[in-house]
Amino acid sequence: MSSLAEALRGFRATYAREIGAYFGAPIAYVFIIVFLLAIGLFTWEMAGFFETGSADLAPFFAWHPWLYMVFLPALAMRLWADERAGGTDELLLSLPVRMPGLVLGKFFAAWTVAAVALAFTLPMWITVNALGSPDNAAIALTYFMSLLMAGAYISIGAAISSLTSSQVTAFVLSVVVAFLFTVAGWPLVLSGVADVAGTGMAEAVARFSFLTHFEGAQRGVLELRAVVFFVGVIALFACLNGLWATRKRLG
Amino acid sequence: MLDIKGLTRRFGSKTAVDKITFSVAKGEVVGFLGPNGAGKSTSMRMIAGVLEPDEGDVLLDGHSIVSNRRDAQASLGYLPEGAPLYLDMTPPEFLRFVGSARGMEKSALGGAVDRVTADARIHSVSSQTIRSLSKGYRRRVGLAAALIHDPPVLILDEPTDGLDPNQKRAVRALIARMAPQKAIVISTHTLEEVPAMCSRAIVVDQGRMIADETPEGLAALATDGGGLEAAFRDLTDQSVEAAA
Repeated sequence: MSSLAEALRGFRATYAREIGAYFGAPIAYVFIIVFLLAIGLFTWEMAGFFETGSADLAPFFAWHPWLYMVFLPALAMRLWADERAGGTDELLLSLPVRMPGLVLGKFFAAWTVAAVALAFTLPMWITVNALGSPDNAAIALTYFMSLLMAGAYISIGAAISSLTSSQVTAFVLSVVVAFLFTVAGWPLVLSGVADVAGTGMAEAVARFSFLTHFEGAQRGVLELRAVVFFVGVIALFACLNGLWATRKRLG
Repeated sequence: MLDIKGLTRRFGSKTAVDKITFSVAKGEVVGFLGPNGAGKSTSMRMIAGVLEPDEGDVLLDGHSIVSNRRDAQASLGYLPEGAPLYLDMTPPEFLRFVGSARGMEKSALGGAVDRVTADARIHSVSSQTIRSLSKGYRRRVGLAAALIHDPPVLILDEPTDGLDPNQKRAVRALIARMAPQKAIVISTHTLEEVPAMCSRAIVVDQGRMIADETPEGLAALATDGGGLEAAFRDLTDQSVEAAA
């Protein structure tokens, strides 16, 4: 226990600092408002929420991966790039803390903002309950997986943010990587990969798709492999984040 | 308190810091001098554990920065070049962040923030964000952060660079007040500060130590009796010629 506390020293300070930075400035509010506007627009205008005739949130959840792919890199881009631009990474590296505390503190702060944004969509859940009798357990499960998937996108964005001092570069690179992870399950992409590298490779690529792993949850099915996948992506990029953020020590 | 042993760092084929070795005892204030690009900041970053040395070691209060980095860093207060700070925080918020990241207990933190706020004389700007502060105040906030855990060793990279004369005096006074209790290394390229602040002066050029003297001893090295500035010019010019 004490070794865990030791490993996570700096977590609380970093988390509090980042939450303060998000909510002390317009960033978090702008993010939450624009995200809600976008998801509302897509759900109603593009997916015809009221026209489907069934009381469920399928047209709402279908857009999550696509919106996360663009929005969450915008949330994560400042996490490390800002430290490098302002020289405060020098300060962080001079503190007697281990990397996990810093990496996870920042990650959970951004994830918290995403969770708050997601929480503001709960009125939609209430609305479908007023309109009919949806499968509430399935919706709760989809919300949970959506939040987990958001964590994976943020972890990617945070790690890439530690590679550059420019938030714009971090954002663009993160969207590209997030796009690749999202569409890896698309038939269009898979047939392209199959043509070049064979069907075995295409199957392997499909295993890394966020769309594929979110699909089961959208149908209300809890898939252990999807949970493991998203947690694995979070962990993998958190490790890369730690490595990339400390490479300054090597010069 | 501070033992630097054969500290070496190369960037590609250039040796930025070349076997720097010296010790600093409690009560000493060492001026770390040299022209721009001499390796001052690189050395200080290695002492602070921000950059790994290629060779050599640094002992901070007996802890090796190479093999026991976190204990070594716990004994050190470091002001990086340019005093980087989180601009969106107020000074007390920033100091609390640094203290809490250093593992200080909540109960000790309030007292420590009050103590360094008083020491660095930044009480009057406590409610302003750091973004709105002048350079002099920002530097003092950085100093306060370096002092929050009352470390036995202080490494200050250009603490007075870019400050006006009044601000410089305030920073010097702060360093003088702390000096008896700590081992302090201050880098500067402003020679006038050396007699005002330091009990000892080390000159580096092209990564190598070329002098380790008292300020008076350093001034006496000048060939034409021109004092500190002439001595500095003589020493650093010579090594440029030797390298050419």
